[in-house]
Amino acid sequence: MDLLNALVALTNYVMIPAVAYGSQLALGALGVTMIYAVLRFSNFAHGDTMAFGTMVTILVTWWMQSMGINLGPLPTALLALPFGILGCMALLLFTDRVVYRFYREQKAKPVIFVMVSLGVMFMMNGLVRFIIGPGDQRFSDGERFIVSARDFKAMTGLREGLAFKTSQGITIITAVVVVAALFWFLNRTRTGKSMRAYSDNEDLALLSGINPERVVMYTWMIVAGLATIAGVLYGLDKSFKPFTYFQLLLPIFAAAIVGGLGNPIGAIAGGFVIAFSEVSITYAWKKILRYLMPENLEPDGLVQLLSTDYKFAVSFVILLIVLLFKPTGLFKGKSV
Amino acid sequence: MIVVEDVHKHFGGFHAVDGATLEIAKGSITGLIGPNGAGKTTLFNVIAGVLPPTSGRVKMDGEDITGLPPHTLFHKGLLRTFQIAHEFSSMTCRENLMMVPGGQSGETLWNTWFGRKRIADEERALRAKADEVMEFLTIEHISDLKAGQISGGQKKLLELGRTMMVDAKIVFLDEVGAGVNRTLLYTIADAIKRLNEERGYTFVVIEHDMEFIGRLCDPVICMAEGKVLAQGTLDEIKANEQVIEAYLGTGLKNKDKLEAGA
Repeated sequence: MDLLNALVALTNYVMIPAVAYGSQLALGALGVTMIYAVLRFSNFAHGDTMAFGTMVTILVTWWMQSMGINLGPLPTALLALPFGILGCMALLLFTDRVVYRFYREQKAKPVIFVMVSLGVMFMMNGLVRFIIGPGDQRFSDGERFIVSARDFKAMTGLREGLAFKTSQGITIITAVVVVAALFWFLNRTRTGKSMRAYSDNEDLALLSGINPERVVMYTWMIVAGLATIAGVLYGLDKSFKPFTYFQLLLPIFAAAIVGGLGNPIGAIAGGFVIAFSEVSITYAWKKILRYLMPENLEPDGLVQLLSTDYKFAVSFVILLIVLLFKPTGLFKGKSV
Repeated sequence: MIVVEDVHKHFGGFHAVDGATLEIAKGSITGLIGPNGAGKTTLFNVIAGVLPPTSGRVKMDGEDITGLPPHTLFHKGLLRTFQIAHEFSSMTCRENLMMVPGGQSGETLWNTWFGRKRIADEERALRAKADEVMEFLTIEHISDLKAGQISGGQKKLLELGRTMMVDAKIVFLDEVGAGVNRTLLYTIADAIKRLNEERGYTFVVIEHDMEFIGRLCDPVICMAEGKVLAQGTLDEIKANEQVIEAYLGTGLKNKDKLEAGA
């Protein structure tokens, strides 16, 4: 029995990656949930919106790197992030103007919006690949670790190392700041309140003098911010590849639905539920069990419940289980 | 004040409003009665900009307002309430009222970050106004409750309160008395009367309760099958053959006949 080493291994391989991944999912799910609450449809283009925002950020990052601009130990991408957000806002406002507004004026049914967003998804998908290509892009620079495994071992004398990547630290801090700002905005400002009012009762909001186009515009702008931040954090943590971002749509939607579509707190909770289950089910527990079990009981196999190839299945199993018991999600979401 | 000229509203082959023409005088409390399906609510929706008319015009103070969106009409002082009370259920009653005046300075992103002081001043004034409105309607005790939790009658009063948050010129009330007990109905009627007299609001009221109409409204307009049948005082309407046929029921006529025969 070696509890301390087991705990360090658990933190290193499960807790920290899951918290970072959960924060990224939560930010993505917040975007999906905002669109659902205010515009009342499931936006399938969200994964590719994230890809677009990240792409702009990467291009600006590369330009900054070539100009020798950097943030020292922090990744240059943080400096490029505002440009990515602006680019993404421009794209979303443009799609809203030329595509979604038409259907809004027709008072189209939500299912039509969903199909429309599917078309937008393919367009954005193509756009991103056209500009940056379908391949893997790395754009992280600066210090790679806050605490590296070797330093940790030297510091504590334990056999297990604990690595805390800069990207993970940044992810967690950014997520906390962004979520706090978003909730402050939604609950304390007049604009946020109008958005909530519009989401609660559209007819009444119109008859209270709230301008719907303005609410819709702010929603897209906030969603652009959330999507770009989530995308860049994910890209820094892993790497940027358009197809991966498209696939991220699955856990993001699972997170938003598990938490209760249309409920921001639910989106955050859902993000972490999905991330923790995904990471812990696809992790090979052999290493940790070795510390916890008597030597002769040490498992032969990897004790990995599911291969990482199936990780997206995990989110959907969780989704099914939660919806069986709570049809509107963990926190009460909207149902259409 | 409001002139409706030959308004048609068709839903596919169904003619919900079929050539309605009427005029609403400034400062009046006009009652709109008629059987279910007469097109009263649809006409309200057309006037309030919720539905565009198939043909015809709506004018307000001589200005053509046909097909303008509801939030624009709101800023012109034209307000409406719903047959089934609407509310922002997750906000308190006070916040519901404070939502109302559109175009507040807190609505622009710039002010959200850089105009804190101006917003704070504005909100303080709004808050005072909301409290005053709730006192007027004698519902100050529910101001901090979530609007989703209050009773149906209180929601109706809250709807009325919403119209008081801005300087409304004309307010359309859709079955304000539906599902409300008599005492509360009198409170509502009282509030309407006071608003009309003290603040000069013009009201148009859809209602099925004849006592309520009689107490409050002059003139009364009767609609049936999408057309305006008659207009006049309640007594005149009650005596109108066509109205009796379409709405009040032949029972009344038969009774008269019986009385005459006896």
